[in-house]
Amino acid sequence: MAAGHVSGVGRRSGAVADFLRSQPLGAFGLAFILVMAFAAIFADHIVRYDPEAIDFASMLAPPSLEHPFGTDVFGRDIFTRIVYGARTALTIGFLSAFLGTTIGGLIGIVSAYFGGRVDLVVQRFVDIVLSFPIIVLALVVVAVVGKTPVWGIDLNLVLAIAIPIIPRSCRVMRAAAMSVRSMPYIDAARAGGYSSLWIVLRHFVPNVLAPYLILFTAYVAQAILLEASLSFLGLGVTEPKPAWGLMLAGDNSNFYQEAPWMILFPGLAISLSVFAFNLFGDSLRDWLDPKFRT
Amino acid sequence: MLRYALGRIALMVPTLLGVALLTFIMIRVLPGDVVELKLRGDGGRATQEQIDLERTRLGLDKPLPQQFFVWLKGAATLDFGESMWTGRPVSQEIGIRIGLTLQVAVMAAVVAVMIAIPLGTLSALFRDGPVDWIIRVITMSGLAVPSFWLGMLTILGLLTLFRWSPPVTYVPFFQDPVHNISQLIWPALAVGFRYAAVVARMVRSSIIEVMQEDYIRTARAKGLSEFTVVARHAIKNAMLPAVTVIGLEFAFLMGGLVVTEQVFNLNGIGRLFVDAVLRKDFMLIQAIVLLMAFIFVTTNLVVDLLYGVLDPRVGRR
Repeated sequence: MAAGHVSGVGRRSGAVADFLRSQPLGAFGLAFILVMAFAAIFADHIVRYDPEAIDFASMLAPPSLEHPFGTDVFGRDIFTRIVYGARTALTIGFLSAFLGTTIGGLIGIVSAYFGGRVDLVVQRFVDIVLSFPIIVLALVVVAVVGKTPVWGIDLNLVLAIAIPIIPRSCRVMRAAAMSVRSMPYIDAARAGGYSSLWIVLRHFVPNVLAPYLILFTAYVAQAILLEASLSFLGLGVTEPKPAWGLMLAGDNSNFYQEAPWMILFPGLAISLSVFAFNLFGDSLRDWLDPKFRT
Repeated sequence: MLRYALGRIALMVPTLLGVALLTFIMIRVLPGDVVELKLRGDGGRATQEQIDLERTRLGLDKPLPQQFFVWLKGAATLDFGESMWTGRPVSQEIGIRIGLTLQVAVMAAVVAVMIAIPLGTLSALFRDGPVDWIIRVITMSGLAVPSFWLGMLTILGLLTLFRWSPPVTYVPFFQDPVHNISQLIWPALAVGFRYAAVVARMVRSSIIEVMQEDYIRTARAKGLSEFTVVARHAIKNAMLPAVTVIGLEFAFLMGGLVVTEQVFNLNGIGRLFVDAVLRKDFMLIQAIVLLMAFIFVTTNLVVDLLYGVLDPRVGRR
């Protein structure tokens, strides 16, 4: 297989060790992501309180041993809500980034593979969709589709976050696929009479895996930020579910000047997790493709 | 150059038409229709007759292509119909708010670029040293910190330091420019942090690239001081890719304002848009989305034209 510039992906053994050694910052980001994932999965065993339990006796309590991050206007433990918020952020972040990057990537590859008129039409359409700022497009989708909760996750929110990612991922993946298109083995496969589907799956997909992974990581960060923004506006995750953006909004936002811990910790949670994904994504790019190193 | 400019402007038309069509379709594909939502949503009871009447009044009983052309014709003359919530013309609702939003956006952009160029340059010149690391951490946090949270922290800080809190009303610029700017600089900074970070990162990588060019070596060999080499030769050439990012990110900035205006109590387009989405005021949503896309396409055009000015090779191609 012509691995070419996708150094790293093909080498299975020692790849992780090599990444950790050559990208200490990326390793740090990865560690933070793993801690977050751990918190999200084992939330029930980490915290003492129910994230949705209202306790008016301990309203707006400052940080203490009982409530390390204090409590909010409903007396809910903020640490507990942040731990459960990791679950919300990661689930929605991963789902929507995966959906957006994959759909966009497939459209990009198909567009590059067929070229000509198909490519032209797809790219003009992408141009048009790119004219809408990310959050504006997401808000329009939210306004139009309403809510479809499945297992506590609003699928339409995932869709609203994924749609603005599609054209952006399509652009980058198309560019990556274009460089594969001119490879001699593609001509060989075509001459060999293989079907388009087979060529795309066998030759394009493995060779654009590196940019795909880089994009995916970057879009998880974007998706977490976007989910936080939408929830903050009251148009994403809604009360009483724990979500970081939501913890900065609504009744909490009316009292944050008296109880700053209420907004300090959820905001830190958003910033640090987005930071970690960006750090990891950047290092992944440097490691997978030293050519792009800046 | 003139031909180049005219060509770019002509290319804008199909994109804008596509944007208008897509906006129109997005709003029309919704299940049920606007009128039913308005009259029957939230338990409101309306007879079929009333609904039909309202439909006829809004022209929704006509075939879709005809509706699109009527809407497009209206849009071309800035007549976007009436807000379904307030009943005032959409153009008026937008008109009274657009100035504020644009002012904050432009202020944010100006401050951000002024900070970003020196930061990015320093970072590139001291590559992999402590200065570079510090600047890179700052710019990476710029991408991670949500602008609304930064806005809240800014307000908290100002409150403790100067007992300042977001004013209920904003003084118009032409009434008292100093007061106006002192009020609007904070939301501009909060929303501009991300912008500065993105531009600084771009400036950094493009300076690093430029510093390896032959003409930099020539300039150094001529015995020019390092300052002159950087200021006269490197920054000038590194600005080209930075200009693209500055233009592209301006639209992102408008998006950031959608959220940040809430925090600072700014009665701008962003807030209007969020309210419109919350109230499902589709007439208003349509017009604002079109406006945002229009701003994006226009900034892109300006960037393209600027490119032609900054790099004469572009115009001649």
